[in-house]
Amino acid sequence: MFGYYLDLALRSLKRNKVLTALMVLAIAVGIGASMTTLTVMHVLSGDPLPGRSGTLFFPQVDPNPYTDGPSLPYDMMDYRSALDLWSAHRADRQALIAHGQLKLTAPQVSLPPLMAQVLSTTSDFFPMFDVPFRYGRGWSAQDDANRARVAVISSDLNDKLFHGADSVGRTIRLKDSDVRIVGVLGAWRPSPQFYDVAGGRFADGQTGDFYGRPEDVFMPLNSSSDIDPAGFNFFTCWSMPKSDANLQTSPCVWVTLWVQLDSAAKVRDYRQFVAGYATQQKALGRFARADNTQLRSLMGWLDFNHVVPSDVRLQMWLAFAFLLICLFNTVGLLLAKFLSRAGEIGVRRALGASRAAVLAQCLFEAGLIGLLGGGGGLLLTLLGLWLVRRQPVAYADLVHLDAAMFLLTFALAIATSLLAGLLPALRASRMALGLQLKIT
Amino acid sequence: MQIRPILASLRKHRIPATLIVLEIALACAVLCNAVFMIGQRLADIHWPNAIDEQGISVVTVNGTDAKLAASDIPRDLAALRGIAGVTAVAAATSMPLDQNPALSSFTTTPDGNTTVNTSVYFIGSGGEQALGLRLLEGRFFNADEYADSGFKDFASTGHVMLITQSDARRLWPGQSALGKTLYTNEQAWTVVGVVADVLAQDPKMSGPGGRYSSAFFPLRPDGAMGDYVLRSAPQDRVRVLREALQVLGRLESDGVVQGATYAGMRDAYFADTRSMAWMLLLVCMVMLAVTAFGIVGLTSFWVGQRRRQIGIRRAVGATRGHILQYFQTENFLLGTAGVALGMVLAFGINLYLMQRYEMARMPWYYLPVSAVALWVLGQLAVLGPALRASNVPPVVATRSV
Repeated sequence: MFGYYLDLALRSLKRNKVLTALMVLAIAVGIGASMTTLTVMHVLSGDPLPGRSGTLFFPQVDPNPYTDGPSLPYDMMDYRSALDLWSAHRADRQALIAHGQLKLTAPQVSLPPLMAQVLSTTSDFFPMFDVPFRYGRGWSAQDDANRARVAVISSDLNDKLFHGADSVGRTIRLKDSDVRIVGVLGAWRPSPQFYDVAGGRFADGQTGDFYGRPEDVFMPLNSSSDIDPAGFNFFTCWSMPKSDANLQTSPCVWVTLWVQLDSAAKVRDYRQFVAGYATQQKALGRFARADNTQLRSLMGWLDFNHVVPSDVRLQMWLAFAFLLICLFNTVGLLLAKFLSRAGEIGVRRALGASRAAVLAQCLFEAGLIGLLGGGGGLLLTLLGLWLVRRQPVAYADLVHLDAAMFLLTFALAIATSLLAGLLPALRASRMALGLQLKIT
Repeated sequence: MQIRPILASLRKHRIPATLIVLEIALACAVLCNAVFMIGQRLADIHWPNAIDEQGISVVTVNGTDAKLAASDIPRDLAALRGIAGVTAVAAATSMPLDQNPALSSFTTTPDGNTTVNTSVYFIGSGGEQALGLRLLEGRFFNADEYADSGFKDFASTGHVMLITQSDARRLWPGQSALGKTLYTNEQAWTVVGVVADVLAQDPKMSGPGGRYSSAFFPLRPDGAMGDYVLRSAPQDRVRVLREALQVLGRLESDGVVQGATYAGMRDAYFADTRSMAWMLLLVCMVMLAVTAFGIVGLTSFWVGQRRRQIGIRRAVGATRGHILQYFQTENFLLGTAGVALGMVLAFGINLYLMQRYEMARMPWYYLPVSAVALWVLGQLAVLGPALRASNVPPVVATRSV
């Protein structure tokens, strides 16, 4: 039966080559466009830490001493609040994070100085975020406390400075200080770079930069504060900071805290702990609003920040509108094709083929067109993704077709063509028998 | 023209007719919105910026000792001034479109409230010539104002500022801004000049209100000034930049020296906007092609089906022109129905996008323009099959198919 249908379908496809080519092309173009954008969406909206993300949380308090501050807590914390929460050790793991830039040189490496993106954090960062290492490892809690001059560098920087060799134990110079390399990151490209996500709601949909590469240098927060106390990026300030004042007491938010909480009970406890802290700080007169606290999960935090750029969403909807046009197109063409074979179908029916058989044969033919269209769609998807990779966007290098998306391409193509074929096939199988025989 | 028989015939082919109408409607709706988005993005890319964009190059020095700036900056400026072709040079804290926002909000009263974040630029002596600022009212800074003005707590210790025309209009509508006072955090500055609109440091993030909200303060040499602005004739800028990088690379051997022409900085800032516009354009083209192919395919099928009917009409005296007209009118009717439906759909999509993506309202003239485009497309698509139909010889009528 299968072979017979296949034979009939192939014959039919060969009979009107132009019409067949048009249908295959329409499906291929529609699938190519929608799978390209769907793949980009899939890459950008995925879970950056599968299996782990559910246990990671982002606490927020509102250190604003004025009651007329913003209605939601700032996207980062002031140093004191962040340090207080961190020092309490109420979470299974926890890491403070701050950003800055420092001039980097490497002795015995003949490269001009460069400005390195420095992520200042604490020792739990690496185990908590499951960061892979190529050489060495992260630093210890003891190093945090000792303000040790140690650093972990990215594999990109290691390639640039040391041509990929094991650089553990070697020294780099940050600003005016020597820092010993204790680890080199392996291939690590979280999508998005979740631990740096903040301020998405102010970005007006231009959030492509959340998909950038990890920083060049990771080092203990205490150590980088020693090297350059003023070298950190602010998120914002609730009043003008004094330029000569200590950053750690400035009226600015520039530190974030990530915590790992392994059970629902711990999450509940931690939520209470944060609320309790805010109440206590209000009593001390430091906070104006104790109720303005949040404890968002990692995925919740990404969602809140609208990490997927609005251009990407827009492209996806465009592509699906496009697929719909291609679908209408294919329905029309299939209808033309099936109905023009009225005579042949009439003969088959007269010879005893059931309506179901005619329907099955028509759908089989539609499916075959879908399969061919899917093949073309796959090529166009690969072309589309290649085009996306050449875009000047931070996520360009992330965009690749994975196995799931590869299968989905064909599933979507065949589903589309079957959907397109359904109406024409029904019409073809319902044709009045006598009428068709008479005019033939 | 006989529309009635065409309508009668379309009624017999309800499904294919509906499909063509839907296809055209959807194409019309998507086309309108996509073209509108392209237009908006092109407008973004061409935001005017009242500095000498073609003549400016910017060299950034990072990682040097801020304490040495007082002596280093005059030395560096003197060296840069020595480059052939440099007409003006100055130090500054940041540049329009450099994506390194230093924002502050200014109010017209000490206790006022504002939601517009203004990009703050501190410029060294000669900064207005180096940038090519265009003065509309008042004056630029005096030499002593540069000398007096330091930088404390991220604000100017001077007493004067320049603002843009947009801010002047926004803050004091209908009045002259000259001599007025702006406040932030209990500090006050007098507006001494109004300059033509200069873009913000990151206008995409600043929204329509902040796009041209920029304030300039004078500043004597200070460690916060990381940018050297060089102005030259446009044809010299590449060479000037190259020489400036060499000069500063030598003088600031301790620092990280990078540079770009301003035109290059602007291109980099709008690179993703431009690529999105190209992407949308590509979608429009392919979509129109697919729609056209659909019309060609279905009309061809119709022509094939009606060969006998066409032959009969030809035999009873219809000319080729009549047959051609028949198919063209048919397509015109379908196109009109599709466009009418498409306009409603386009408007609906625009409303949705306005809510979800903060898009602007689509101007009405997009609708008729896209309608005409689809009519023309339909007529072109139908031409081939219609010509084939008109070539059906009358003798077909006498044969059984």
